[in-house]
This record gives sequence, C-alpha cells and structure tokens, in this order.
Amino acid sequence: MMNLTDVLRFSTRTLTGFRTRTILMIVAMSIGVGAVVVLTSLGEGARRYVVNEFSSLGTNLIIVIPGRTETGGNLPGLMVGRSPRDLTLEDALALLRSSRVTRMAPLNIGSAQVSRGRLKRESPIIGTTHDFKEIRGLEIGQGQFIPPGDPTAPQSICVIGQNLSRELFGNLPPIGKWLRVGERRFRVIGVLASKGRSLGFDIDEVAIIPVASAQQLFNQPSLLRIFAETRHRDSLEAARDEIRNILKDRHEGDEDVTVVTQDAVLATFDRILRTLTYAVGGIAAISLAVAGILTMNVMLIAVSQRTSEIGLMKALGASGRQIRNLFFAEAALLSAVGAAVGLAIGAAGVLAIRQLYPQFPAAAPMWAVAAAVITASITGVVFSLMPARRAARLDPVVSLAKR
Amino acid sequence: MISLSGIERNFQVGDQTVHALANVNLDIGAGEYVSIMGPSGSGKSTLLNIVGLLDRPSSGIYKLDDRDVTGLSDEEEASVRRDKIGFVFQSFHLVPRLNALENVALPMLLAGVSISERHRRATENLEAYGLGDRIHHRPDQLSGGQRQRVAMARATIMRPVVLLADEPTGNLDRASGKEVVALLEGLNASGVTLVVVTHDPQLGQRARRQIHMVDGMIDTDEVSPQ
Repeated sequence: MMNLTDVLRFSTRTLTGFRTRTILMIVAMSIGVGAVVVLTSLGEGARRYVVNEFSSLGTNLIIVIPGRTETGGNLPGLMVGRSPRDLTLEDALALLRSSRVTRMAPLNIGSAQVSRGRLKRESPIIGTTHDFKEIRGLEIGQGQFIPPGDPTAPQSICVIGQNLSRELFGNLPPIGKWLRVGERRFRVIGVLASKGRSLGFDIDEVAIIPVASAQQLFNQPSLLRIFAETRHRDSLEAARDEIRNILKDRHEGDEDVTVVTQDAVLATFDRILRTLTYAVGGIAAISLAVAGILTMNVMLIAVSQRTSEIGLMKALGASGRQIRNLFFAEAALLSAVGAAVGLAIGAAGVLAIRQLYPQFPAAAPMWAVAAAVITASITGVVFSLMPARRAARLDPVVSLAKR
Repeated sequence: MISLSGIERNFQVGDQTVHALANVNLDIGAGEYVSIMGPSGSGKSTLLNIVGLLDRPSSGIYKLDDRDVTGLSDEEEASVRRDKIGFVFQSFHLVPRLNALENVALPMLLAGVSISERHRRATENLEAYGLGDRIHHRPDQLSGGQRQRVAMARATIMRPVVLLADEPTGNLDRASGKEVVALLEGLNASGVTLVVVTHDPQLGQRARRQIHMVDGMIDTDEVSPQ
C-alpha cells in the first residue's frame, strides 16, 4: 500500500504538472475564502466602531426620543425622530423632578453656515445646556462651556470646536470674538479641546449654542433627544420608568416617547451588526460553495482527460481505492492551498482597509476565519468525492483504449 | 501457469450481444513464448485483457499459477496485476508529466516500496535497458524506441512472471521495433512467459507457439519446430 507521503508527493507532482488548471482552481478557492474574511471583518469592524462610539458616552445614561415604539428593544425613532407630539424643552426640564435624575441635557441639532467676515463654513450646530459637557465627557480647551442658568432664555453665546476655531480665527484668540451662525450673531465664550469623532459628529467641527437659541435659529420647538444621567447604574431602570411616567403625565396620558437606556441601545446595535456580519459572511460563503462546485467540475474533467492514465495505473497494479485516494488527495491539496492563499488575501484586504480608514476597526472575527477554512476544506473534499469515485470505477480496458 | 477454460466474453452493443470470445480453452506453460494473431475483431485483444486481469470473462474459469483468479476482489486483482503481470502497450502509455525514472518507479510506488529503494531499482533497470543517460527525461524528450524501452523497464520492474505485449512494435520504426523484440525475447529466454498479440505475421512467426484467432475462437494453435 502507498503511504501518505507518497500519495501527497504524487498529487503535488500532478498539480504542478497541470499548472494553469491548478492556479485557476487556487484562485477560485482563495477568492471565496478571502471574501469571507474581508466581508466579515467589515461587519465586525462596523460593530466595534458603533460599540466604541457608544461606550464613549456614560453607561448610566438614559435617552429620550420622540415617537413611540411598541417594544423596548427596537429603536425606529432613534434615527428619524418623528413624533406625533413634540418633545419640548419643558418636557426636558420636567425630568429633573425625578430624584434619580442628576443631570439632564436637551439636544437640538441642525446645520448652518458659520461665518466671520469673509470666512464661511457649513457646520453642525448643537443646541444644548450646561450639563451636556459632563454627560458627553467634553473638555474645554479655552474659555468656558455654556454656563448654567435658565435654559429657556436664548443667549447669543457659543462654544466652538478646534477646527472651526482655526478656520475662522487662525491664530487669533477667539474668546470674546463675535461670529455669525446663520442670521444671528454669537459671541465665542469657549473652544472645545480636540476630541475627534464621537457618535458620528466631528466634535472639532461643531458649534454649540444654548438650546433656546437653537430653537429660534432653526425655528424648531421640538427636541431631537433628551439625555438624562442617573447617579448610579443601579437606579437606571427605576429612573427610566419615572421619566416615562413624567412624560406620560405631561402628554395627557399618551406614551408617545421612547425612553431607552444606553445599555439597551448598545445591545441592540450589537445584535443588529452581529446579524449583519453573519449575513454578509453567509453571502461570501456562497462564493466558497461555487468554488467547491468548480473544484468538482475541474476534477471531473481531470478524470476524463486522464482516463488513459487511470487505465494505465490500474494495469500497473493500482486498486480502485488507490486511484480514489490519489484524486481525493489532489482535491484536498487544492483546497488547502486555496484556503491558505485566501487567508493571505483576506489578511491583506483587512490591512488595506485599516490603512485607508484608520478609525474603522476592521478585523476578521476568529469564527469567520475558522468557518472559511473549514468550509473551503469541506467543499473541496466533498465535491471531489464524486469525481474520485468515478475515476476509481473506470474500466481499465475502456480507459486504456483511449489516448 | 495460465489456464483458461470455457472462457466467454460478451458485450452488449445496443440490443445485440456480441460474442468477443466464445468458449476459449487455452493453457500456457511457464516460460512459453506465444503469439496471438488474427484479424481485428477476432478477439485477440480481449483475450489478452482477460489474461492480464484488465477484463473479466462473462463465464469460464481463469487460473493463474494454479489459483482461480476469476472472482477476485478489486484489491486482490490489483495486487496480482502488480506482482505477476507486466504490460507492454502499442502506444507505450507513459505518464507524460513524469520523467523516465518516475514512470519506471510507478508500480513500486503503488506497491508501497520506499522512495530510496524505488530510485535505486528504477535507475538499475533503466541502465539495464540502455537508458542510463535518459533517467530524467520526460517522455516527450525521448524517441519512440526509447519510450518503449522505458515502458519495458517499467513492465519488468516488479519481476513479473508473465509479460503481455499488445502490438509492441506497432508504433515503432523497423530498427527500434527489432530492438524491442530482441529485448522481449531476451526476457523470455530468462524464463518470463511472453504473450505477444499482433497482426504482423513477421513478428508473430518469431514465437515458438502461434495461435490464430477468428471470430472469438481459437482457429489454430501450432508449435513451430525449432
């Protein structure tokens, strides 16, 4: 009987003998494996990105969103923020009636042209109150943040991001200077410390103004969000229920807002993006199955091309089993090399993504890498069973007659 | 040595049954030199295939070395072919991507002989066939005569007791053909049973025993007085 080394050596010899065919097969197989690795790493990267973003916020945070959702877990209102009834600043202030709520920040967001003289820039404008700084963990580079005081009184003051400050004032000290936001004039009272992106905003680009000013500026009495913070994580659930009740009372008994905890949001995103990763991985796995069927096709062609060789091998004393093993080893080697090359391609792809988008933490999850390699090996082996068996069963007389 | 009794081989072609071999009885002793001749379709190749265990008779009994080999399993058949029978084909049947050495070593590879032993014996055999300087040549780098000598080196590597040659000179020029015939006869002289199938009377008549086949049956079976 032939030993394994001889079988592998002979199959390798065959594979190097049919070079074009071998290279094409390896390319097909490796594209499949590479696709799984790259696509799942994109999905996983998206998940990590979102999880990181949310973790940068406090963990004992409650978010109030206008609009009602049927079940607590889903968040249809999170992105759109439509509501039958506005979420007003008075609603926000009412939340402080709950003893568990220690800090509260209403949020209004818009976009407007910020200008100083001839320097103009389109910037995201955040309307909020004093506590926003603590809740979002913002830091002040120069000057001060929006001072505490009556949130319902509009004030012509603003706090701007690092980049915005540099663009409009260059090296001049911006504190105390005036700039225009849309049609109104605001005095700069502070510049934020550089923080980079957070929750989809580039903090370095924004201008923060008092919430009441923002309502006037955008002519939008409804808030986009209310952030509320509790002192302890333990009181999070109770505070959420209290907030819900306060707003229900204020809204004539209608529960027309969504109150979620940071954890719930995070868990939901985590779940959605994980599912997305599975789905994308599954789609990529189809290309692996295609590669497997290709393997089968090529092996079947190989069997019919090498009919006379198989006949000869039988005449020289090869049993059906030996022939089967040889073809089998050939397919197994092909898938193994294909999987290895595919992993290399995938790794290179992930590296390239990281180079191009440094803030996006692309990384192939281990399960996806393992699944890709295992799927490649299994498809390679399974789809070679039939061709190998066909080779083993060839009638030596018929096969020798062919040449 | 070789004992065929009541051998029939039928092929189904469409709804017709073709009798390729009809009741063939044949005994060939050890060390004999037999040629099988006849027009194409007379059944001579089918007979050779059955003797070489490449084909199974539809009925009848085939004994090789007193052992009934008619109903062997695939594995057993393979090992009998490997250890006792050597084939020489008209079209050589060398594996094109393997060099001379690897081609000759193939039967030993299948038998599980170690690689160093394979190399040693294959090299020796190739040298014995005058191909010592062609060991690493691939078939397409060899002449027809050289290819057939490689094929013979391969056929004899397992020291078979029977050598079956199907038109061994069919694809060769006269000179190379002579050379190959001389080698085959040399092997026969050393005790190997030699069965040659041919429709070339000149080649066939060199054998001590000449069998003529017609329509799947043995027509004449003569031993020439030499």
